[in-house]
Amino acid sequence: MSILSTDGLTKHFGGLAAVSDFHVEIAKGELVGLIGPNGSGKTTIFNLITGLYRPTSGQIRFDGNSITGVRPDRITALGIARTFQNIRLFSELTVLDNVRVGHHLRLGSSPISAALGLPGYGHEEREITEHSMKLLNIVGLDDVAQEQAGGLPYGQQRKLEIARALATRPKLLLLDEPAAGMNPEEVRGLMDFIHHIMELFALTVFLVEHHMRLIMGLCPRILVLDHGVTIAHGTPDEIQNDPKVIEAYLGVEEEDAPN
Amino acid sequence: MSKHAPRMLTAVSLVTFFLLLVWAEGNLDPYLRRILNLIAINVIWAVTFNLIYGYTGQFSLGHAGFIAIGAYTAALLTLPLAQKEQNFFLTPLISPLNTIELPFLPSLIGAALLAGVAGILIGIPSLQLRGDYMALVTLGFSEVIRVIFMNLQSLTNGSLGLKGIPGHTNLLWSWGCAILTIFIIRKLASSSYGRAFKAIREDEIAAETTGISLFNHKLMAFAIAALFTGLGGGLMANLISTVDPNLFSFVLSYQVVTVTVLGGVGSLTGSVLASAIYVSLFELLRPIDQPMTLGGITIPGRPGMRMVMFSIVFLVVILFYRRGLMGTSEFSWRWLLSKLERLFGRERQEA
Repeated sequence: MSILSTDGLTKHFGGLAAVSDFHVEIAKGELVGLIGPNGSGKTTIFNLITGLYRPTSGQIRFDGNSITGVRPDRITALGIARTFQNIRLFSELTVLDNVRVGHHLRLGSSPISAALGLPGYGHEEREITEHSMKLLNIVGLDDVAQEQAGGLPYGQQRKLEIARALATRPKLLLLDEPAAGMNPEEVRGLMDFIHHIMELFALTVFLVEHHMRLIMGLCPRILVLDHGVTIAHGTPDEIQNDPKVIEAYLGVEEEDAPN
Repeated sequence: MSKHAPRMLTAVSLVTFFLLLVWAEGNLDPYLRRILNLIAINVIWAVTFNLIYGYTGQFSLGHAGFIAIGAYTAALLTLPLAQKEQNFFLTPLISPLNTIELPFLPSLIGAALLAGVAGILIGIPSLQLRGDYMALVTLGFSEVIRVIFMNLQSLTNGSLGLKGIPGHTNLLWSWGCAILTIFIIRKLASSSYGRAFKAIREDEIAAETTGISLFNHKLMAFAIAALFTGLGGGLMANLISTVDPNLFSFVLSYQVVTVTVLGGVGSLTGSVLASAIYVSLFELLRPIDQPMTLGGITIPGRPGMRMVMFSIVFLVVILFYRRGLMGTSEFSWRWLLSKLERLFGRERQEA
């Protein structure tokens, strides 16, 4: 039973087809990678799935419901969370508050009980803080909980973004280039970390990445995108030997060219 | 410092403050009392503007409209029937308002609720827009309200305004409402809802993919702010006893923005300080409008001279405190105690 499926997903920006006829089926608990050269439409696909863009045509289904054209916050409430390629934290808020914001959508208390500080709200607030600290502990940021998020080093900001996404209690986590700017050692750490949180939260992960080693070592199944078109789909081995993929990444081989 | 110490200090200082107000109400002259009342009312407006702009990041220039709705509602509900007849000599006041005369509290509640409803109605279209566009549209709505009030002869008495509004507003009412406003908005801002507001201010895209409904939360902040702004309007009408539509031009909205920015966008403490400074300066600079002799040269009185001085004072503040007097910091007992400790610690060293 697939948790996410898209059917003929297409997005045009004016005359440009950013994504054409994109199909994917992701089963519960799977880890699927999406690669492609710059500007091939990877992030556009994430923006379509999370509702930031409305598809020109095609369908997106999540957990049995159509989420085509649904508002981003509703999609998050249904169980899709994401991170961003160019990290989008609430920089002026503390690390802890960034994660606590992620709990807001599941808040039961009304604004009135929050504004008057009623006991029901106080109880919920304590639970939110406790759970946020637990998440910060998992990503290893509990000791900087009171610091301003914008002041964290790059690697920690990426982790905080994941913690904030986890706070919304997602079933599907979309990671947009989580290894960007990381050194090989950090990339190895990230691979373990992704496996760890998948197990811990029974997550399904869909991941966009530039970093070949990470995606080849991590994802049993990979899709390759070029100019918005899916050019290959398979295991890392199949992908590595696919002539179309090599062409997209390295250009046409020179042997056939006339001398 | 123990966990309950700040709460105790707050309670003690609140009681002291109210005793002071009771004393001031009985002993200060009407001019000083009026200044103190105006400070409290400006505190309310600056704090509500901070909720919209400082916390939620939506730039609104519609405060004057909500103040007008609050002021006219409270005025029409509290005006004695005889006064109503005198005021509306051109066209009679529509029923049932011409037979209603309410005590102050229900009138204030009515003023706040009506302004809150207006906040929702104006917020729904305005909050679809961003940044400058939203500022323009809210400014437009506020002017529309003023023009409607100017022309609804049988409801607002048009440009003749309303006179003889009972002076119910005293220091206990005005500061009581100001403290209530601060308390509720502070509590809301530090709650999960407040974090959602700030998340929207920081990054709308990240906020909505973190599951926060942008529109609902912007509207919530906007309506709550409008509600308390209307409350301040009601207090104002019953303080100055005369209202007419021209009081509520966009200049009033700019005044609210000025006070908030002067205090520090995102700091309620700053809003309180800046209101006190703004209203006091406005009065202290009054002699500048009078003719005066400086070093043998006689300068004729020019009404409006103080506005020039005022602008200079503001320029200086903005130059040296770019983020306002308080930035985004808030007063806390811990902060005060650490300051005092440092002060006394230094004295001990010197001795």
